[in-house]
Amino acid sequence: MTARIGVVTFPGSLDDRDTQRAIRIAGAEPVALWHKDKDLKQVDAVVLCGGFSYGDYLRAGAIARFSPVMEPLVEQAKAGLPVLGICNGFQILTEAHLLPGAMLGNDHLHFICRDQKLRVENAETSWTADYRAGQEIHIPLKNMDGRYVADEYTLDKLEAEGRVAFRYMDFNPNGSLRDIAGITNEAGNVVGLMPHPEHAVEPLIGTGRTDGLPFFTSILKKLVNA
Amino acid sequence: MSRTPLDTVEHAAATPDVELPWAELGLKKDEYERVVEILGRRPTGAELAMYSVMWSEHCSYKSSKVHLRQFGEKAPQSDALLVGIGENAGVVDVGQGYAVTFKVESHNHPSYVEPYQGAATGVGGIVRDIIAMGARPVAVVDPLRFGAADHPDTKRVLPGVVAGIGGYGNCLGLPNIGGEVVFDACYQGNPLVNAGAIGVMRHEDIHLAKASGAGNKVILYGARTGGDGIGGASILASETFDDAKPSKRPAVQVGDPFQEKLLIECTLEAFQEKLVVGIQDLGAAGLSCATSELASNGSGGMRVTLDDVPLRDSTLSPEEILMSESQERMCAVVEPDKVDRFLEICEKWDVIATVIGEVTDGDRLEIFWHGEKIVDVNPRTVAHEGPVYERPYARPEWQDALQADDANKLPRPETGEELKAQVLKLVGSPNQASKKWITSQYDHFVQGNTVLAQPEDSGMIRVDEETGLGVAIATDGNGRYAKLDPYTGAQLALAEAYRNVATTGAKPLAVSDCLNFGSPEDPAVMWQFAEAVRGLADGCRQLGTPVTGGNVSLYNQTGEAAIHPTPVVAVLGVIDDVARRTPVAFQEEGQLIYLLGDTREEFGGSAWSQVIHDHLGGLPPQVDLERERLLAEILISASRDGMIDSAHDLSDGGLVQAVVESALLGGKGARLVVPDGLDAFTFLFSESAGRAIVAVPRSEEVRFNDMCGARGLPATRIGVVDGDAVEVQGEFTLPLAELREAHENTIPALLA
Repeated sequence: MTARIGVVTFPGSLDDRDTQRAIRIAGAEPVALWHKDKDLKQVDAVVLCGGFSYGDYLRAGAIARFSPVMEPLVEQAKAGLPVLGICNGFQILTEAHLLPGAMLGNDHLHFICRDQKLRVENAETSWTADYRAGQEIHIPLKNMDGRYVADEYTLDKLEAEGRVAFRYMDFNPNGSLRDIAGITNEAGNVVGLMPHPEHAVEPLIGTGRTDGLPFFTSILKKLVNA
Repeated sequence: MSRTPLDTVEHAAATPDVELPWAELGLKKDEYERVVEILGRRPTGAELAMYSVMWSEHCSYKSSKVHLRQFGEKAPQSDALLVGIGENAGVVDVGQGYAVTFKVESHNHPSYVEPYQGAATGVGGIVRDIIAMGARPVAVVDPLRFGAADHPDTKRVLPGVVAGIGGYGNCLGLPNIGGEVVFDACYQGNPLVNAGAIGVMRHEDIHLAKASGAGNKVILYGARTGGDGIGGASILASETFDDAKPSKRPAVQVGDPFQEKLLIECTLEAFQEKLVVGIQDLGAAGLSCATSELASNGSGGMRVTLDDVPLRDSTLSPEEILMSESQERMCAVVEPDKVDRFLEICEKWDVIATVIGEVTDGDRLEIFWHGEKIVDVNPRTVAHEGPVYERPYARPEWQDALQADDANKLPRPETGEELKAQVLKLVGSPNQASKKWITSQYDHFVQGNTVLAQPEDSGMIRVDEETGLGVAIATDGNGRYAKLDPYTGAQLALAEAYRNVATTGAKPLAVSDCLNFGSPEDPAVMWQFAEAVRGLADGCRQLGTPVTGGNVSLYNQTGEAAIHPTPVVAVLGVIDDVARRTPVAFQEEGQLIYLLGDTREEFGGSAWSQVIHDHLGGLPPQVDLERERLLAEILISASRDGMIDSAHDLSDGGLVQAVVESALLGGKGARLVVPDGLDAFTFLFSESAGRAIVAVPRSEEVRFNDMCGARGLPATRIGVVDGDAVEVQGEFTLPLAELREAHENTIPALLA
């Protein structure tokens, strides 16, 4: 058997088809979910992909968070459904309070697109088990609003509980506090990050690295072995 | 414009003596008289609005048409061409049932007035042209030209343009894979913001802009119509800038990329269900253009109720509605029994869609407002039968003196130390420096099919995941060469783009162009234009790559000072398997560097003459298109058969610029030896065309040499990939770190 992984398309989602491809390459079955859907079609996990949902003219993810599809998603995520938020998806997860903190505009005020070096800090979440803790990987990053912020108390708590999942290395591309590139919830089923693992799954495409593939193989193994 | 009483067709016929503001709308007196003659009466205000925008230089190509005909007349036989000049964009067969559409357009004037929105809506417009052909847009490229890099106004214009291109393109989910950034004082008041896009579809999905079938419904969908961009085509794009006139900012449109993204998805879904008979995007001249072009390309008749157009501003007059260039709108012709499904798809995507009219028998375009007829014209006279000018042209008297001012006679560096200093200055000069600060503001990765993106020689996109079929695109232009000799300059632009496609391993198939010039009312500019078109048409015939469409931008001139003639050429190529693509970067130490082609003493218009001597004079490099074709064949074969691991075309900056770029991108140095028969200076800085460098694995050297020898292409071993410096034996050594600092710090220091 394989796992069915949903990919939500909001109006303005951009990486939905790319994410579906990455899921397919990992060996799982992608399931298209629509923002107006009120159920999740019984998928085993969900990815909220990158893009500019509803144009993000207000604050990234602020409107998407109120989409019909988010109601069952929030409820089931709290009950353990694995959810990965990439870029805009990460922003939506913080807006929906499934993950703490918030995203502000990049400190240099420009959109930035680069091959970003990261360190995997937590290799025990549903989405990172195929990495080694401390592993250094390169994943494309591309965003306008990627500066992760939270109050000191929250940051300390995240660090203490090992919930910083990824950290920027060599260069902090957006001014994120404590170089945080991605975090997880306490249970490890909800993970959000700014870089785009779905763009690093094929040797010829993009940067030519496949460092992002373990996100999708991690979840597949977890679901299939469950 | 008068609003009361309503200027109906009937009213116009009854009041022949009413004076209309034709001059304010950009029409010339004889053009207005021609309108009166066509109609047999004075036009209504609404008709005048339509004629004035559709007969503008921007929409009618009235000054350029007589020359552009050569692209058709001299077109080479090509099996690849599916749709040629005249549609929204040309379409090329790339095999395996796929067709590719691509086009380059200008948004020069708006981008100077309002850099962010001007550039953003330039992307929006070209992307709608691609959708209108039935294709999914898969990539964009942006050839840009600005004034001097250190001029204070460049710091206003460039960051705005770049942010606008990024802000719009990134939100659409289109990877930005190529283009150019060039600085020259001649573009100070007239930056060139050209935008290109590529789309992919299956052969059977090609759509055309025509309204046929009486009774079919005309549906306007997308954004509401507002008061923005009124007269953009006529007032802004078709006149020169003049300090004395009022600000033209209200003529620039404002873009909403989110709306455009919805428009893309909703249009593609409607195509997929085969709901669309004909389609046209609303760009320059808005509804005037869409209705008259759809009608005149189809059976000829259309009736439109203007009251049904959804408005952003309810006080707009019918004339303003017809002229508005509000962005993110499209017009589709749909059979009556498919209208409901079409509207349903629009609703799914939250796109406003309204039936505004229908196709009729006969040959009249009739437009109604409040129940009264305000337009009654033959749409062909609006869309296709505008004025055509045989503008006078003459070789400027300064041309001889310019060509006599020979760059080959400029003082040259004499020692290794001087050479080294000039190399460092060259690779760090604004035009030769890394443009990463700019291109990193564009998304290269979205859609997950990007094989190559800038600074590679051409951008490359995978078309089919199973077979690996891909397409490549390169855009090039060199205003300095074209100023010295517009005929040769245009061919050099073509040759460079053609070569850039081939160095990545793709086979060049077809051409699109964006011809940027000064005022056609100046005979010297008109001569440059005529020469450039002639050069390009001759060149395309010789290379077997037809021109599929393009764009002309005239009046790039402030006062008496015109820009350099700047034909920008885009070449599209195809590669059977993207796994065989060749990158610029040196891959492995020990590989042998070969120089392909002949190097002559050619410094006219060169980057060296500009950077070291601030000089422009002499003749541009010679063009040998047969040689270009041979070089391309060798590069493609070598890539397909795995004989080379990297390749880079030689153009502005010459060999040393190319070697430094390949070295920095690969993080591997090069040891070079000046070949027999050449001096170090010519070897490093000459800009002879028809050349490339390649890195050959030692195991392939014999096979590669044999191939070049058998085909008659000069191939000279000039060095080896090695170490962490660029060394020219007996002359100088430059560590990569020092080169990188010079190459990468210039642009951020000037603009960040």
